[in-house]
Amino acid sequence: MIEAFTKLTSKTIVLPQTNIDTDQIIPARFLTTTDRDGLGDFAFRDWRFDQHGNKMAHPLNARDPEAVKVIVAGDNFGCGSSREHAPWALTALGFRAVISSSFGDIFRSNALKNGLLPVQVDPVTLRLLMECDGHEVTIYLEEEELRFGNHVVPFLTEPFSRKCLLEGRDTLGVLLGAVADIEAFEADQGAF
Amino acid sequence: MTGKTLFEKVWERNTVTEEAPDRPAILHVGLHLVHEVTSPQAFTVLKERGLKVRRPDLTLATIDHSVPTLPPGPDGELPYATEAAKHQVETLRQNCREHGIELLDLDDPRRGIVHMVGPELGRTHPGRVVVCGDSHTSTHGAFGALAFGIGTTEVGHVLATQCLFQRKPKTYRVHFEGQLTDGVTAKDMALAVIARLGMDGGTGYVLEYTGEAVEALSMEGRMTLCNLSIEAGARAGMVAPDETTFAYLKGRPGAPDDLDAAVRSWSELRSDPDATYDASVTLDASAITPMGTYGVSPHEAAGLGGSVPEGTASDVALGYMGVHEGQELSSIKVDRVFVGSCTNGRIEDLRLAASILRGRRVDEKVRMLVVPGSEAVKREAETEGLDAVFREAGAEWREPGCSMCIAMNGDRGEPGELVVSTSNRNFRGRQGEGVRTVLASPATAAASAVTGHLTDPRTLGAEA
Ligand code: SF4
Repeated sequence: MIEAFTKLTSKTIVLPQTNIDTDQIIPARFLTTTDRDGLGDFAFRDWRFDQHGNKMAHPLNARDPEAVKVIVAGDNFGCGSSREHAPWALTALGFRAVISSSFGDIFRSNALKNGLLPVQVDPVTLRLLMECDGHEVTIYLEEEELRFGNHVVPFLTEPFSRKCLLEGRDTLGVLLGAVADIEAFEADQGAF
Repeated sequence: MTGKTLFEKVWERNTVTEEAPDRPAILHVGLHLVHEVTSPQAFTVLKERGLKVRRPDLTLATIDHSVPTLPPGPDGELPYATEAAKHQVETLRQNCREHGIELLDLDDPRRGIVHMVGPELGRTHPGRVVVCGDSHTSTHGAFGALAFGIGTTEVGHVLATQCLFQRKPKTYRVHFEGQLTDGVTAKDMALAVIARLGMDGGTGYVLEYTGEAVEALSMEGRMTLCNLSIEAGARAGMVAPDETTFAYLKGRPGAPDDLDAAVRSWSELRSDPDATYDASVTLDASAITPMGTYGVSPHEAAGLGGSVPEGTASDVALGYMGVHEGQELSSIKVDRVFVGSCTNGRIEDLRLAASILRGRRVDEKVRMLVVPGSEAVKREAETEGLDAVFREAGAEWREPGCSMCIAMNGDRGEPGELVVSTSNRNFRGRQGEGVRTVLASPATAAASAVTGHLTDPRTLGAEA
């Protein structure tokens, strides 16, 4: 089960860099865990902490996690590795959505499965959002609409993932329901 | 009716149910590769739900990411970087035992990096879907398989059902005209492609590499080329199977018993002459020269004879790397060199690096690490005496693993150091906190180790 996502009103935090890769979101040295939980401390570790583990001055450290649940990031957020630890770390830090002009493929897919909504907007909207760091946005998933100030911006989410997110349902159950089809396929499949 | 691309043919062969507007396709997985880092949480889900692994026969596990590359100490214990790493390896052992999955354990002569062992054992077959919780699964596309990385939730899906939901990606033809010149390798081709497409130019696409220069590559070279597809954002990279592919598979334990019949079926796996792609690009193979990266993303790459181009990398990236626009790439000073990884840890790569180092010394200010990608590569290299070449040149020769590609196992650089690396990612901190990475071919890495600065290997007589 995942936490359902229907509507979210939150302030934003702007991370303007483009190509924020999964090694920035969670460095590989924290991947030796066998759990999904407790990765919040490692999110953006090298941006937030120095080499001795002391907190540095970074907006991510100054943020109020109760009020700021949405990241506004530069283009191609989440490129790089397939590590699902990236959305795990972001949700553990209290984030529920990332707005950018594009996302790494596997990151997008992983985020959707963990109740972290990737909201893809056009570059002009992204620029507007970047100019109002800390402002409030509302994301309506059913309507696929992002509202901030007096702007109403549509966005698209893969329909199946959207339905699962709205219902807080994970996809494994649905796939298990297709076992008869899978068996039929295997019985029929050629040797090569 | 228009023809079909290689990708479309492979997609069709493995589709259980077609995609619909409200439902992605269900794809059947022919080979699921598993390693210690991205699988434990998936096995936990299985346990929570009381599920079994549906097709252990199509699943293969290995240990690579967090394993030390130093031999056991006097106490017989491997020098794991952390207790957590050791626990992760132990967890994989337990999960494989419980579910009847074949594990290439640390004492198994077939063990290696997850993308090395599939091909080496003949388990990577043309026309199948290959997945793994690792983005460089694209490597297996070299065989005309549809191979891509998945997240841990999906690892659980495949363990439980042997299938996964997928939206059909678009197709992108990357065509090479002409042939490579002497001293230029598949790694240089790949970096040229990424530099051309940009870091997300391939997002949403499966790349198909075509042309004379691709056909002329060995399977090793094709694997290097496909391996890096993800660095242009692509889901996968593919090369149509041909005689080179079939010859590689012949005699390997995992190859089909009736190879002739398999080859007849696989021979159909090529794009029809009238097939259309959603996008395409043509590169002149003869114009590619040895490449190196100067920024913090693999697409920030240029020919080594040139300089850091203007307006391509951000000030932050260049600041991190300590380079400036207009600076000649050959002036970049080197502290460390790493030869290895699933990109360039194969026997041909080691031969190439050794051919440069033979009779030469690694610069005294440089530390060089050579890590074979698998036990098989290690054995072969030692049979050929390559380990002696490396040692005599002053490089370290290690046990197989991912090592400094991801720096999870304790092999890493020190803050501020610059590493010329044959791996696939130069992201900030990828090879250790504050470490700067230049991606290049094994020939370039070896040449740079000798001179102490980023060096075009052709100046030292590289020919491969
Ligand atoms: S060598 Fe690097 S890219 Fe390849 S599997 Fe290991 S960590 Fe991943």
